[in-house]
Amino acid sequence: MLSLQELEASVNGRSGRKHIVSILVENKPGVLTRISGLFARRGFNIDTLVVGPTDDERFSRITLTLDGAMHSIDQVTKQLHKLINVLKIRDLEPADTVARELAMFKLAADGAARAEILQIADIFRGRVIDVTRRSVIVEIAGTADKIAAFERMVRPFGLVEMARTGEIAISRGRGET
Amino acid sequence: MRAVDAVMECLKAEGVDVVFGYPGGANLPTYDAFYDSDIKHVLVRHEAGGGHAAEGYAKATGKVGVCFATSGPGATNIVTPLTDAMMDSVPVVFFTGQVRTELLGTDGFQEADTFGITMPIVKHSFLIQHPTEIPRVIHEAFHIARTGRPGPVLIDMPTDLTRVEIDYEPVGDVRLPGYQPTTEGNQKQIRLAAKALAHARRPIFYTGGGVINANAATELTELVRADRFPITSTIMGLGAFPAPDPQWVGWLGMHGTRTANYAMDEADLIVAVGARFDDRVTGKLSEFAPRAKFIHIDVDPAEIGKNVPAHIPIVGDARNILARLLTEYRAQEADPARLDAWWERIDGWRTQHPLRYEDSADSEIKPQYLIEALYEATGGECIVASDVGQHQMWAAQYYHFDAPRRWINSGGLGTMGFGLPAGMGAAVGRPELTTLVVSGDASIQMNTQELATCAEYGIPVKVFIMNNGYLGMVRQWQELFWDRRYSHVEPGRWPDFVKLAEAYGAAGFRFEDKATLVEDIRRAIETPGPVVVDVRVTREENTYPMIAPGAAARDMVG
Repeated sequence: MLSLQELEASVNGRSGRKHIVSILVENKPGVLTRISGLFARRGFNIDTLVVGPTDDERFSRITLTLDGAMHSIDQVTKQLHKLINVLKIRDLEPADTVARELAMFKLAADGAARAEILQIADIFRGRVIDVTRRSVIVEIAGTADKIAAFERMVRPFGLVEMARTGEIAISRGRGET
Repeated sequence: MRAVDAVMECLKAEGVDVVFGYPGGANLPTYDAFYDSDIKHVLVRHEAGGGHAAEGYAKATGKVGVCFATSGPGATNIVTPLTDAMMDSVPVVFFTGQVRTELLGTDGFQEADTFGITMPIVKHSFLIQHPTEIPRVIHEAFHIARTGRPGPVLIDMPTDLTRVEIDYEPVGDVRLPGYQPTTEGNQKQIRLAAKALAHARRPIFYTGGGVINANAATELTELVRADRFPITSTIMGLGAFPAPDPQWVGWLGMHGTRTANYAMDEADLIVAVGARFDDRVTGKLSEFAPRAKFIHIDVDPAEIGKNVPAHIPIVGDARNILARLLTEYRAQEADPARLDAWWERIDGWRTQHPLRYEDSADSEIKPQYLIEALYEATGGECIVASDVGQHQMWAAQYYHFDAPRRWINSGGLGTMGFGLPAGMGAAVGRPELTTLVVSGDASIQMNTQELATCAEYGIPVKVFIMNNGYLGMVRQWQELFWDRRYSHVEPGRWPDFVKLAEAYGAAGFRFEDKATLVEDIRRAIETPGPVVVDVRVTREENTYPMIAPGAAARDMVG
C-alpha cells in the first residue's frame, strides 16, 4: 500500500555512487550464506561478490560492490556488523583504494581479425592464453571500467563468451584494509 | 564424560533451572543425559509450545529460556517461536537434534536443513562439527542470546557427535572477536541529549521493549519524573513506566490512545529508547511526527536511522545511558514551567479522548469490560500473557501494568497460539505471581495441547478466552476495509471449551453475566491448578481507536 514516493522517502542516506565493501569474516560454516541471505532479505542488490583466503587461514575476505544510489550503505554495513562471524567491514574510499578484476574473453578470431584483436589486447595489456584456428582467449586484469572498455572494443569481432571475477580491493598505503 | 553429559554441566554453569522440550530419535543421547540430571525438564506437547514457553519464561524472568527439539519435524516446529523470539528480541537458546554426520545431506530419515532453514531467524546459530567444541559453543550461545540486543540462538547437534566421550573442562570465558556490543553510551551525545531535553517545549518519551530487556525501568522512571515529561510506549514496552500515572499518556500506534499519537504528532523532541519505529507505531512514515527532532537510544546501531533519521543517536545499554542522562539533565536546571502549555494541550486530549466503549445495557459482557473486570479482580498484580488479536489490544488498553515483565505478548510477529504456552513458561519462571492468559476463541485453538502440560505439572495458568465466535481482528478489518464481506472468519463449529478443559485435566468455567463477572473471575482464579474460562462476549465489537493501515497517526478513527 506504500506509494513509490513513500518508499523512496523511507530509504535514507543514499550516496549515489558505487561502493566497494571489504568484509573480513571468520572461516565458519555458513558465513557466505548468512551474508548473501542478509542481502536478499533486506532487499540489497549485490553487483559483484568475491570470496578468497587472506594471509591468516582463520579468516576470509569478501569483497562486494553495490550501488549506493539504490541502498543506504550505512544500513548495509550496520546489518552486516550484526553477524557474529563478521570481524571487520570497510566501505572503501575510491581515492584510497586499489581495485582490480580479472576477465577472460573468448573471441572469434578468423583470418584478418586475429591480428587486430591481438593489437587491441596489447594496448589493454592483455595476454593471450589460448589460441585455436578459429578463436583466441584473452586475459585482462584491471579496473572494472577498463574491462568494460575492452569488451566494447572487441565485441564487434564476435564475442563467444566472457567470464569476470568481480573486483577485489585493498586500501592504499601501509595500513590494513 | 559423554558430550551430552557436558551439555548438562554447561546448562548448570549457565544457571539454567528449567528447560522445555520434546524428545525424538536424533536427540536420544541428550534425553539419556536428562535422565540423571538435576535440571527440571518440562515435557511439552508440541515443540512450538516448547519454544513459546521458553520465550514466556525468558520474558517473565529476564533469564535465558531453553528449548530442546529433535531433528526434522521437531526442528521445523520451532521455526515460529524462533522467528517470534527474533522479532521481539527474546533470549532463548534452542537445541535441535540432527541426523548422524554420515547421513547429512542425504535426505535421511527426519533430516531437515535446520541450520539453513533457521538462518534468517536467529541472532546466531551453530552447527556442531566436532564433539569437543560443544561446551564452548553452548557458553557462546548463552552469551550471544543474553547480551547486546537479546535474541534466539540455535545449536544443531548431529546425534553421533553428542554420544562421544570428551574431556570436559569448564569454560571460563567467552571470546568472540566479531561480537562486541557497545554498552557505554557516548558521554558527549548524552550531554547533547540532556541539553535538547532542557530546551524542548513539547518533548515526549517513546519507549519500547528494549527498556525492559535492559532492566532499565527504574532508571527510566526516575528520568521521566525528574521533570514533567510525558511518556508513551510501544505495546512491547508496557510496565517499564508504572501505569496508570499522571505522566503516562497511554501506549501508541495503531490501537494506542489518541493522546499518545497526537502528542507524538505535535512533539518537538522525541526520546526513543529501545524502540524501533515499527510501522504499527508510525502509521504513514512520511507524515510521522513531522515537527520532531529525535534522540534515539538503542543497543543495536542498525535500528538507529533505519526508519527515521536520528538527530542525536546514542548507542548502548539503556540502563547505563538513562542513569547518566538523568545526572546530565539535572545539571541543566531546566525550567519546568516551559512545559505548561504542552501539558495543557495533552490534558485537553486526555479529557476529550479517553479510552472508552459503550457498555451493554443488559447482562452482556463487553470484551473491554472483561479486561476491566480482570484488572479489578486481580488488583493488577498478575502476569498477563496474551495471544494475538482484538483481545490482545483490549488487554493492553484496559489492564494497567505498573511493573516490567508482567505483560507478555507477541508484538513483532503477531503469533496466534503464543499466549497459552508463553503464559505456561512465565508461570514456571515466576510461581509467586498469578499468571493470566488472555486469549481468543481462535488463538487458543492454535496451541491448546499445552493444557495437558499445565495439568501434568500443575502449572496454574488461568486462561480467559474472550469468546466472540469470530476471528475477531480479521473480521474487524473485513468490516472496515473489505465492505463487510466476511470471508472465513466465522468458524461454523468450535469446541466446548469447558469440556475441553476438563478433558485435559484443567478446571473449566463459562461466564456470561456481566453482573457477577468480577466475583466469578475471583472464583476461577482461586481454583487451584490450570483453569480455562470461556467468557461469552459481544460478538461484533471493534477495537478502537485505530490508525487505519498506511494512514497518518493524526487521522485516528473511532
